[in-house]
Amino acid sequence: MSRGFGSATGGTDGYEHYDAVVVGCGPGGAAAAARLADHGVETLVLERGVEAGSKNVSGGLLYAEESAPYTLDDFFPDFRTEAAERPVTDYHIHNLSGNRVKTYDLTDLHEHDTDWCDAVLRRPMDSWLERRVHEKTSETGGGVLTGVRVNGLLRENGEIVGVTCDELDPIKADLIVAADGVNSELARDAGLMDWEEPDEWFQGVKAVVEMDSETIADRFDIEEDEGVAHLFSGDLFQDVRGGGFLYTNEDSLSIGTVFHLDSLVEEQAEPHELLDALLTHPLLAQWFRGEYDEREYAAKLVPDSKKVAHREPYRDRLVLVGDAAGQMQAQGPIIKGMNHAVTAGALAADAFVVTRGNADPEAAGRRYTTMLEKSGTMDKLRPRRYDISRRVGERDVVTNAVERVLDSRIGSVAVGNPIAERALKRAYNSPFLVSMLSDTRTGYVSLPALIGEEHGRTVHWENEIEPPTLAERIGDLTYDTDVGNPHIRLRDESYEASGAAVAACPVSAEDFGGGCYRSETVETNGSEERLVSLDTQPCVECGTCAIVADTEWEHPRGGKGVEYREG
Amino acid sequence: MEGIVRSVVLTKGVPDFSEGAVSFNEEGHLERGKTPTVMNPNDEFALQAALQTKVRHGGHVSGMSMGPPGYASVLEEAMESVYTDDSYLLSDRELAASDTWATAITLCSALEKYQEEVADVDLVFAGFKTADGETGQTGPQTCWGLDWPIVTHVLALDIDPDEGILRAKRLVEGDVDEIETVEAPLPCVVIADPEFEPTYRKATHRLTHKQLRGETRERAADHEEYLTTWDHQDLNLDPDYIGLDGSPTIVSAVDPIPKAPSEREATMVDPSDEDGMEKIFDEMHAFAGGD
Ligand SMILES: Cc1cc2nc3c(=O)[nH]c(=O)nc-3n(C[C@H](O)[C@H](O)[C@H](O)COP(=O)(O)OP(=O)(O)OC[C@H]3O[C@@H](n4cnc5c(N)ncnc54)[C@H](O)[C@@H]3O)c2cc1C
Ligand code: SF4
Repeated sequence: MSRGFGSATGGTDGYEHYDAVVVGCGPGGAAAAARLADHGVETLVLERGVEAGSKNVSGGLLYAEESAPYTLDDFFPDFRTEAAERPVTDYHIHNLSGNRVKTYDLTDLHEHDTDWCDAVLRRPMDSWLERRVHEKTSETGGGVLTGVRVNGLLRENGEIVGVTCDELDPIKADLIVAADGVNSELARDAGLMDWEEPDEWFQGVKAVVEMDSETIADRFDIEEDEGVAHLFSGDLFQDVRGGGFLYTNEDSLSIGTVFHLDSLVEEQAEPHELLDALLTHPLLAQWFRGEYDEREYAAKLVPDSKKVAHREPYRDRLVLVGDAAGQMQAQGPIIKGMNHAVTAGALAADAFVVTRGNADPEAAGRRYTTMLEKSGTMDKLRPRRYDISRRVGERDVVTNAVERVLDSRIGSVAVGNPIAERALKRAYNSPFLVSMLSDTRTGYVSLPALIGEEHGRTVHWENEIEPPTLAERIGDLTYDTDVGNPHIRLRDESYEASGAAVAACPVSAEDFGGGCYRSETVETNGSEERLVSLDTQPCVECGTCAIVADTEWEHPRGGKGVEYREG
Repeated sequence: MEGIVRSVVLTKGVPDFSEGAVSFNEEGHLERGKTPTVMNPNDEFALQAALQTKVRHGGHVSGMSMGPPGYASVLEEAMESVYTDDSYLLSDRELAASDTWATAITLCSALEKYQEEVADVDLVFAGFKTADGETGQTGPQTCWGLDWPIVTHVLALDIDPDEGILRAKRLVEGDVDEIETVEAPLPCVVIADPEFEPTYRKATHRLTHKQLRGETRERAADHEEYLTTWDHQDLNLDPDYIGLDGSPTIVSAVDPIPKAPSEREATMVDPSDEDGMEKIFDEMHAFAGGD
C-alpha cells in the first residue's frame, strides 16, 4: 500500500513539464545545460551521483581545440583557474621493449589544433561545473538535481516525450538531452545504441597517486603552472592492444591504461595487472623513487567513435551527446572525449533554440546532426580515411604479413636505420598518420616495441614500488550499496556466455573471491560445468560486463553504488 | 489563504540520552546539568512534515519551544536541519518545571499571541511523545486549548490550500495496524508519527528544497537575529497557573533501570583438550533442541 500522497502541481495531464531536461552532469550535460540557460530555456538537469563527478573517470586531458565551435571556457570563463589541475606543457611517448625505451617528443602532435589543454580530475571538475550549472539554470526556472537516476524514456503513442526516474514521477520535456555517458541507458532505450560488440569499446583503468606539488616540480622538472603528459606503448602489456598514460595534477598523478576491449577479452588479461605492469616498469622509477601512495583506483568503458559515433544521434525529442552518442575520439594515443561532449552538448542546445516552435518533434535532432557535420565534428569522430585504412589494415592477412616483416631482420633494419628514426618521429607527430594507425597489434605493440628495441636505450633503474592488491583497492573505495537491489543480473551464468567478465571486470580476477565475478566448477549429474557468479557490491560501474557477459545491466539508483573522490 | 501556508512547529529539548553524552548520578538519576540538550528525536518528524508542506505549497514555518534559554540551541538545530524561518522561545523562571498541562497552557497563550501579533496560523505540528516525559499529552492538550481539530499518528499528508483542508494518512494501531485517510479543516494540529516520511517526487519540490537549504545556511549562522523570546509577562500568564505551581502532575517516583551486568562468566577451554571439549558439548546439548 502506498503511504505517500502525490501532490497536484504540474500540467493538466498531471505530468511535470520542463522546456528541456538534461540527463547527466558530466562535460556534455554541463555544456548543454549552460548553453540552454544562456538562451533562456527552462532547463532541469538530473544527475545520478550524490554530486556530479562522483561517478566519472577520465584519464584527464581536457582539450580546447582551435577548430572546435565551443570549448568549456566559453560557458565557464574561470574554469581553468578554478576547476582544472595543470596545463600540459610537455608531451612524450615512450616506446618500450623490455627495459629498452625510445622516447619521442610528441609536443607537435599535442599542440596541433590545440588552443589549450589541461589535466583534470573529474570529481573536483564536475562538481564545480554542477554548481555553476545550477546557478545558471536556476535563473531560467530550472536547476540541477543530484541523486536522481533516469531509468527510461516516457513515451506517448510511441513517441518519446520525457523521462522516467527512480526517484521522481515522470517528467515531460520539449527537448531531452541524453548526456548520460558511456553505457547510456537512454540511448539503448531509444534503440540508438546496442551493447553487443567488444571491438567498439575501450576499457580505461586509472590510479590517482599522491604526490605533493614540490615533489612534482622537482621530479618532473616543471614550474607551478606547467604539467607533463607521458604516453607508453610497446610490449609491457604483452599482446593487449592499447597503451598507458601519466599526467601531472596539482598534487597528484593520474596514471592509467586504455585497452581495446576485444583485445582484453581475447588475451584474458587482468586490467589491474596491466596497470601494475605500467606502474612497476623501471621507467617510472625516476618519478616514484620508491614511494607509492595510491589515492584511488577507477575504471570505465570508453566508446570508440570511429565505430560507434552515431551519425544521426536523435529520436523524436531525444538527442544524444558525448559518450552516450559514442563521440569519443581516440586519435592514436591522444584521447578526446570530454571536449567533443562539450561541443556536442552546446550544439544540441543551439539546435533546439533555432528550431523552437517547429511542430516536428525531430526538428532539433535533425538540426543538431547537421551542425555536427558542418562544424567538422563528425569528421573528427568518424574520419573517412579511417574507414579506408581499416578495410586494409585490420584484415588479419594483411596484419600477419606486416607483422612477419616487422619480426624479420628486414623489419628491424627498416625501422632501425637512422633515417627511419627521423621519419618515425615525424610520423608519430602527424595527426594524419596517427589516426591511420588502425587498431591492430602492429600499431600498438609490434611497431613501438621494435622502435624501443632498435633505437632505445636501456633503463637500469629499479622500480621497487608495490601497488596495492585488488582487495586493497576495493577496500579503499567508497560505496553506498543498495542492499538487496543489485543493478546487474546475470542472464546466463554459463562460463561460455559470461566467463569473459571474470578477467575483464576491473574489480574481479580469476582466483580472487572478493570481486564481482567469480567462476566455479560444479558437478551436476556426474558431469562438470563451469559457472559464473556475480556479487555487485564491489562494482565500479565501468560497463564492461554489459558488453562481455550476458547480463541485464542498469546503473544503480540515484546516489547508490561507488563514489569516486578523484575521478 | 493565497496558497501560502503558515505553520508553527512545537519542539522541545530533551536530555541527550545517547551513549557517552548522558550522565547519571550514583542513585542512577539523570544529571540534567551535566547532560547536554538535544532536540526531542520525535520532533524531527513534525519538522519534516512542516518542511514538506512548505516545500510543496510555499509559506512560512516558525519553530516554537518552551524551556530554559539553552533551548535556543534546539531551535537553531531545527533551523539548520529543516529550514525553519524563525524561532520563538518561551522562557523564564516562572515557566520552569511545568508539566504537560502547564506547558499546554503556555503554548496556547503563545500561539494566541503569535496569531494576534505575527500571522494567522494554518497548521501546528507537534512530535509524537518526547524522549524524556513520554506522555504524549502536550500536543492534544494544546489543541484542546486552541479548540482546533487534531490529527494524530500522521504518516503522510498534503493540504489543499484553496479548499482550506488537510488530507492525511494516519496509522490506527490495533490488532492489525490500519492506515486510514482523513480530512480536517484548517487550521488544525498535526501530530506526526515516527514513521512519517516526507516524499518529494516532483523535480520542482526538490529544487525548492535545495533552494531552501541554501538560504537557510546563511540564516542559521545568524540564528539570534531570528529568535524571539517571550516570558510569562509577554504571554500574560498568571504564575499560579504555570510552571511548577500550575502543574497538577506529581511524579511519585522514578525507578532507575538496572544496568545489565557487563561481565559474563567465561571458562576457557583449549580445543585440543578433549575432556574439556566433551564437557562443553554436554552442557550445550541441553540448548541444541534435540534430546
Ligand atoms: C581511463 C579513461 C581515460 C580517458 N582519458 C580522456 C582524456 O584524456 N581526454 C578526454 O577528453 N577524454 C578522456 N576519456 C573519455 C572521457 O572521460 C569521456 O569521453 C567524457 O567523460 C564524456 O563526457 P560525457 O559528458 O558524455 O559523459 P560523462 O562524463 O560520463 O557524464 C555522464 C554523466 O551522466 C550521469 N548519468 C549516467 N546515467 C545516468 C542516469 N541514468 N540518470 C542520471 N544521470 C546519469 C553520470 O553520473 C555522469 O555524471 C577517458 C576515459 C577513461 C575511462
Ligand atoms: S561488475 Fe561489470 S560494471 Fe561492475 S565493475 Fe565489474 S565489469 Fe564493471
